[in-house]
Amino acid sequence: MKISVADVEHVARLARLELSEEEKNLFAGQMGAILGYVEKLKELDTEGILPTSHAVPMENSFREDATCPSIGIEKALANAPDRVESFYRVPKVIE
Amino acid sequence: MDIVDQSIHELHQTLKSREVSSVEATKALLARIENLEPQIGSFITVTPEQALADAAAADKRIAAGQMDLLTGIPVALKDIFLTEGIRTTCGSRILSNFVPPYSATAWDKLKERGMVLLGKLNQDEFAMGSSNESSAFGMARNPWDTSCIPGGSSGGSATAIAARQATVTLGTDTGGSIRQPASHCGCVGLKPTYGRVSRYGVIAYASSLDQVGPLTRDVTDSAIMLGALAGHDPKDSTSVNIPVPDYTAALTGNIAGLRIGLPKEYFIAGLDPDVQHSMDAAIATLRGLGAEFVDISLPNTDYAVATYYLIATAEASSNLARYDGVRFGHRAEASEGLLEMYTKSRSQGFGAEVKRRIMLGTYALSSGYYDAYYVKAQKVRTLIMQDFIRAFEGVDVILTPVAPTPAFKIGEKVADPLQMYLSDIFTIPVNLAGTCALSVPAGFSASGLPIGLQLIGKPFGEETILRAAHAFEQATEWHTRKAVI
Repeated sequence: MKISVADVEHVARLARLELSEEEKNLFAGQMGAILGYVEKLKELDTEGILPTSHAVPMENSFREDATCPSIGIEKALANAPDRVESFYRVPKVIE
Repeated sequence: MDIVDQSIHELHQTLKSREVSSVEATKALLARIENLEPQIGSFITVTPEQALADAAAADKRIAAGQMDLLTGIPVALKDIFLTEGIRTTCGSRILSNFVPPYSATAWDKLKERGMVLLGKLNQDEFAMGSSNESSAFGMARNPWDTSCIPGGSSGGSATAIAARQATVTLGTDTGGSIRQPASHCGCVGLKPTYGRVSRYGVIAYASSLDQVGPLTRDVTDSAIMLGALAGHDPKDSTSVNIPVPDYTAALTGNIAGLRIGLPKEYFIAGLDPDVQHSMDAAIATLRGLGAEFVDISLPNTDYAVATYYLIATAEASSNLARYDGVRFGHRAEASEGLLEMYTKSRSQGFGAEVKRRIMLGTYALSSGYYDAYYVKAQKVRTLIMQDFIRAFEGVDVILTPVAPTPAFKIGEKVADPLQMYLSDIFTIPVNLAGTCALSVPAGFSASGLPIGLQLIGKPFGEETILRAAHAFEQATEWHTRKAVI
């Protein structure tokens, strides 16, 4: 399966990754090989088969809509790369 | 027997009789960790002060007559388990300084029982790998032959057992990441049924496949650990609310009449001769213990690797979207704008294998490809599950090899990711089906590398596979051999 460098750039943009030219070429080849391999799923007739999203039969797991303690601001912000008071500071969001 | 060689149940007796204290046992293991780490690389973070404090607290409980099977027993955790206040990296540079504000339920449960934390174990980055070669913190090497991989992604969890640096360890298994390193390092590795053990506080790779499990010196220890870990957790909405049996009571030693299925798709021509030999010998041993063998077919086996590498990568691309430099983890410096911050932080922080899987998953979920790849894979997953359901109508457990070959050399498969992926062929179907399986030592290759045997059970059928594995183990001596290190 042929994956072009343009395909790789498109997917990288979606995934918020930037790759070097070398990485783009390497990934184009490797992704092409892997996606070529997974094409074998086309051999199977899955007409009428429901997709599985959960391995074990499960129903919605609910709890009472009541407040309970949370970890608090200090713990929540302890790993913040850039903290201001009770906020995470980031580069400008809106152009 | 040397303290460091003792299993949980053996060390428990030793501690109970006051022959040795938990502090002494812990010091002995810490000494081995310090001595062997340059050669083995099991640990990302060793926690000696924490360990000695835990051990002292355990000794107090023991002195007060308040001990149970796990009190004072030293354990190490794959670095995928959040441990409050203790750095947790998941084998990645993107989390190299992350200190969690809460702990995984699995660790909370063991901590409450008085277990002693030795440290956090090496692994493939974000649990993506079969060789521990993609850790951002260096290789873990197979103690039986340090030029060989230990397996992955729970590489350090297996090497720490084989090198006697911990009495027991925890790992996670998404496509074989407990069972395959256990097989390559000669210890017991158990993947419980999906939902049996809480995933709360376990850094997510593929949420419909990930499971927590123990790596141990013997099957009895595995049963003890499963009993301690299993159970419903309101904080994990995928954990099931069914009773936890006494798994050690299942170890009756009796497997007369047990029906064991041999799936023809797993015993292919071209299986490594040492692996085939070990399987043949194991089948003869089990037959001698009264088990009956049934030829079965799991016809969609050949599609499992393709299915897994679409579903797991798709789920991973979603799970790893949270690593954006905003709230925790690596943030790139001097970014102009939010998008650049996300992109640079992620690109600087993630290794090649992680990027590759994120890219594959993103592609499989992207507009125009979602139905052809992701939904198709989910439908094939249904077919694979149905294969197992049908097979279990006629057998109690299924026996297969764990890996097509013994541990390969470091560097052997790094250049060809697809070849690496294909080596997971025997373990992946179990995760797709959501059921339980374990690896138990079953022999050695001509060059002295361990070979494991896989026993697959019905969903929530851990008692049966533990019973079968225990009977097999007691009839052989594979589990008594030690790596010379």
